[in-house]
Amino acid sequence: MERNIYLDYSATTPVKREVFEEMVPYLTDYYGNPSSIYKIGQSSKEAILLAKERIASLVGATPEEIYFTGSGTEADNWAIIGTYDSLKTKGNHIITSSFEHHAVLHSLKYLEEQGAEVTYLPVSKDGLVNPEDVKNAIKDNTILITVMMVNNEIGTIQPIKEISKIAKEKKILFHTDAVQALGNIKIDVNDLGVDLMSMSAHKIYGPKGIGALYIKKGVKIENFLHGGGQENTGRAGTENLAGIAGFGKAALIAEKNFDSHVLHLREMRDYFLKKVSERIPDFNINGSMEKRHPGNLNLAFNYIEGEGILLLLDKEGIQVSTGSACNSQSLTPSHVLSAIGVPVERIHGSIRFSFGDFTTKEDVDQAVEVLDKAVGKLRKISSVSKEKGW
Amino acid sequence: MPIYNDIVMEHFMNPRNVGELENPDGIGTYGSPVCGDMMQITIKVVDEVIVDAKFKTFGCGSAIASSSMATEMIIGKTIDEALAITNKEIVSELGGLPAVKIHCSVLADHAIKNAIFDYANKQVKTYKGLEGYDPDEDADEQDIMEETGCTGPSCRG
Repeated sequence: MERNIYLDYSATTPVKREVFEEMVPYLTDYYGNPSSIYKIGQSSKEAILLAKERIASLVGATPEEIYFTGSGTEADNWAIIGTYDSLKTKGNHIITSSFEHHAVLHSLKYLEEQGAEVTYLPVSKDGLVNPEDVKNAIKDNTILITVMMVNNEIGTIQPIKEISKIAKEKKILFHTDAVQALGNIKIDVNDLGVDLMSMSAHKIYGPKGIGALYIKKGVKIENFLHGGGQENTGRAGTENLAGIAGFGKAALIAEKNFDSHVLHLREMRDYFLKKVSERIPDFNINGSMEKRHPGNLNLAFNYIEGEGILLLLDKEGIQVSTGSACNSQSLTPSHVLSAIGVPVERIHGSIRFSFGDFTTKEDVDQAVEVLDKAVGKLRKISSVSKEKGW
Repeated sequence: MPIYNDIVMEHFMNPRNVGELENPDGIGTYGSPVCGDMMQITIKVVDEVIVDAKFKTFGCGSAIASSSMATEMIIGKTIDEALAITNKEIVSELGGLPAVKIHCSVLADHAIKNAIFDYANKQVKTYKGLEGYDPDEDADEQDIMEETGCTGPSCRG
């Protein structure tokens, strides 16, 4: 394989070898349906319980509060639509932020068509939701507040504890999309006070196609999938056993290696930023650097357009993204960067770099070298410049 | 599968005629950075023939490739021949563009016409190909504009 420098860990991560090895037996030897009462069915059941224990431990929950889903997106859909369905006779108002993941925004859009009323809170220039805004948006008919824990494009960490406290005072359910946060910032569901929390395996070196929803004990929401009695009758469908085992192992590793993982990401990210600052003029950092995912960086390179950077980097075997990976095919500028007030012409030149466990200093050195050349080349071609202005 | 074909990638990686002519006979710009793409084409004209053309483009890969191809296509052509070039011909010379990027060729086509329009104005000449031509015309792409504040043309049409 040619040189490959992957700097898109926020899009997805490779499956770690230990995770893969944990999964294999559940595809080959222990293929029994967990609902079957014979022995290999029962060992499948045990595998699910073990995985739940591991994930619960990572986030301070109990295993019974973890429900597996097919993805983080499904967890978001279930949490939001399930809450609405169970509480719509009491109220129809939902509060969220304007820079949520599309799994949340589009679920809400769907509910708006069903009669829900949604308040989209503004986000500060730093990329933070103000808890006061949440407080002021609450109405008598508010049934749910959903604010992400860590933003997927700019990595900013939201004041979840403060927001959940406000929700609790008003007896409103609180959901958070923790897909980007899991394994990268400390999560204790009880300390944070969340009722519902979405997670995904493939962002923490687990497989794709498996997510989970944390549902606090005592919180009841409508089911999203209907069928068999799997997941304590919460989520129908034969369990993705290998995925579940992989998710569990990934969570175990994430908990065990948490400190070194965070330290490594921060080191790589900060080293990258330092190198870029030394070599490339005229760029801006999107979002606050203080309250931020340790492996996220989002930079706006002025006077050029991001796709060209992506193409030139890809030619040299370096993978990054403009905005979220889900957005690359769409041509509308990032709603996240718009929400934090980045001027549109700068959004066009914004790139997300995200670092992970396998990133090395050499990767960073090479990536900055290629990036420097790419930016220089595109600026020579560009019809706008620092001298001419936009 | 890569999003662009080899010809487009070649023109993006090694764009022809990048730059700005000194004392050009015509200069045309089209698009705006807010919309994500802005092209500038300068031309040199001798005896009704475009003897040189250069471009500068802020924009995506296909915007750069379209500008590069467009300048290649007009060099050596008479003004009338250059005016007859359509965006479809630019796309065809590029071996095709992804559907969502077809508009980049429209931008290149407009930038050329604007450069010739400028030349015609300066020389006080009229060309059949410029009859009724509006250099600020927004083609037909208004959809994304409300969201972004972009009020002009772009590759995103």
